[in-house]
Amino acid sequence: MNPFRRRTLAAIALLLLPLRALAAWNKEAFQAKSAADALKSLGVSAPAESQDILIEAPQIAENGAVVPVEITSNIPGTRSIAVVVEKNPFPLVAKFDFSESAVPFVKVNVKVGESSFVRAIAEAGGKHYTAAREVKVTIGGCGG
Amino acid sequence: MADPMKIRTTVGAEFTEVRVLMVHPMETGQRKDSSGNLVPIHFIQEMSVKLNGRSVLEGQISQAVSRNPVFSFRLKGAKAGDKLEIAWLDNRGERNRSETAIA
Repeated sequence: MNPFRRRTLAAIALLLLPLRALAAWNKEAFQAKSAADALKSLGVSAPAESQDILIEAPQIAENGAVVPVEITSNIPGTRSIAVVVEKNPFPLVAKFDFSESAVPFVKVNVKVGESSFVRAIAEAGGKHYTAAREVKVTIGGCGG
Repeated sequence: MADPMKIRTTVGAEFTEVRVLMVHPMETGQRKDSSGNLVPIHFIQEMSVKLNGRSVLEGQISQAVSRNPVFSFRLKGAKAGDKLEIAWLDNRGERNRSETAIA
C-alpha cells in the first residue's frame, strides 16, 4: 500500500471515529428482504412468543405511510427491541438499545406497504422474545 | 443544516416521557417524483439519546420510519433541569444534534 493511500485511509478512519458513539447501523439486517433473514442478521433465532411484549397499533390503518406503533416490553432486563413489518420490502424497521435508565418502550410512526404483521423482538438476558400484531392497510405507504 | 428537532419532555412519577420530532424526508428510494423519476433513498440511520452526557438509548432505523419521524421514549430517574441531548445521522452523512433541559 502506498503512503498516500495509507494516509487517506487513516484520514477516513479518523472521520469515522465519532460514529463509534452510536451503535453501528446493521446494513445486512436492514437490507434483508425477508423477516427471517433480517432476524438472522440480528442474531435472533427461534424467539419465544411472549405476552409480556405489548404492541399497540391500529387494526386498520387508512394511511400506510404513517402507522403509529407503540411497543412496551415488560420482560425484566430487556436491553433491546427490534421492530419488523413482515410484508415490507425491507422488513426490519428499527432496533432500539436501552440502557438501565430507559424504559424498554418506544413509540414511532412507521410505513406499512400492505396489510402485515408488525412484529417486535425483545432481547433480555441473552434470550429473544417476540410478539406480533396484524395491521390492515387500505392505502400502502412505501411507493406512491 | 438540518432543521432543529422539536423535543418535549414530561416528568411523571414513574418515568419522564420524551417526545422528539426530527425533520427529515425519509425517502424510501421507491417513490417517483412528478416527472416519473425515482427519488433517491435518503433516511436517518442512527440516533442517540443522552441524559447528562450518558447514553441512555440508541436506535438504528430504516427508510420505513415515516417522514418527519416522531419518537417517544421513557427515561427513568430524570428530573427537571437535567440535560437531554438527541442526535441523528442519515445515510448521506448529514447529522443533527439538539439539546434541551428537561422541563
